[in-house]
Amino acid sequence: MAMLHIVNKSPFEKVAFESCLGHASAGDSIIMIEDAAVGAIDGSAFSETLKAAMADKSVYVLAGDLAARGISQDRMIDGITAVDYAGFVDLTADNDTTQSWL
Amino acid sequence: MKFTVMVNEGPYQHQSSDSAIQFIRAALEKGHEIFRVFFYHDGVNNGTRLSLPPGDDRLLQKEWSELAKEHDLDMVICIAAAQRRGLMDAKEAERQGLDANNIIDGFHISGLGQLIEGGIQSDRTIVFGD
Amino acid sequence: MSTKKFMFVNRKAPYGTVYALESLEVVLIAAAFDQDISLAFIDDGVYQITKGQDTTGIGQKNFSNAYKALGDYDISKLYVEKESLAERGLTQDDLMDLVWEDEDDDWAEKPSIIMVDRAEMTAVMAEQEVTLSF
Repeated sequence: MAMLHIVNKSPFEKVAFESCLGHASAGDSIIMIEDAAVGAIDGSAFSETLKAAMADKSVYVLAGDLAARGISQDRMIDGITAVDYAGFVDLTADNDTTQSWL
Repeated sequence: MKFTVMVNEGPYQHQSSDSAIQFIRAALEKGHEIFRVFFYHDGVNNGTRLSLPPGDDRLLQKEWSELAKEHDLDMVICIAAAQRRGLMDAKEAERQGLDANNIIDGFHISGLGQLIEGGIQSDRTIVFGD
Repeated sequence: MSTKKFMFVNRKAPYGTVYALESLEVVLIAAAFDQDISLAFIDDGVYQITKGQDTTGIGQKNFSNAYKALGDYDISKLYVEKESLAERGLTQDDLMDLVWEDEDDDWAEKPSIIMVDRAEMTAVMAEQEVTLSF
């Protein structure tokens, strides 16, 4: 069963994002919303951790949350897909279950 | 698909309430069904009638209320969490001998069983919180 | 009514926030719905079930005894992550002795706590149909 992991805390503020990556299975998807969107930027202290997860998981970011925090999409780690709320809804439908890391 | 959405945080303090309402609007637009929205922890504060944020900002409680009316949504405020935080509907206030009620139209107070039932009956359950 | 696998994920310590208390209230209500219920204690969630909690100094109600009642409600799968304990300098000895009585085994008392490593916890999470986080 594929799971959509929803992370909403910045990886620099809380351990929730890291804990999520430690508990996601191959084939799962991860979407960064709210403050977690800052995790999408390349060249941060968190980038290598996220890139390692991307080897077997799909990673998304809510476009609106990225833009709200002043980060343009061209600064994202290669391979992360920006989606809108409609795309977020699609991800919840396409995966069998969701888990929110709060 | 049928969705149950859980909202664990109050308006403004956390982005959860905004994220949840945007998600729900998008889901409805795509033709999905929102089986239930369940408000827990400080999420019950999304149901207050007496808020007055600055004029140029969104009024979340009212947005939830209008969304509920427009789409006939089942928006449940957990009674235990509501009692802790002072959210009262008219019936509950009278029952408790309190002099006021403060819940906005579109929300109703019920038990935690509604959350579990939502999880059982829905295809997807999503939690917005902190 | 169909039976689904429900998991309640606990990642926060008790008393600093309300999440531990109010998530336990959900679990106790969920018990009445005949679902396949598991609890997960990861990260700071492990502090929810430490033994010897004494809240007299902070003026809050000590609700740790309520975890002992879970067995009576047929909630017998409490997954605790070993790495989360070790990272916090804790061992299983620091946790309450939580048990349930197996009516299919002459009411024998059995431990409800299931110690798992991160990989096993991941596998258990992957099986769940409804995951609630607080």
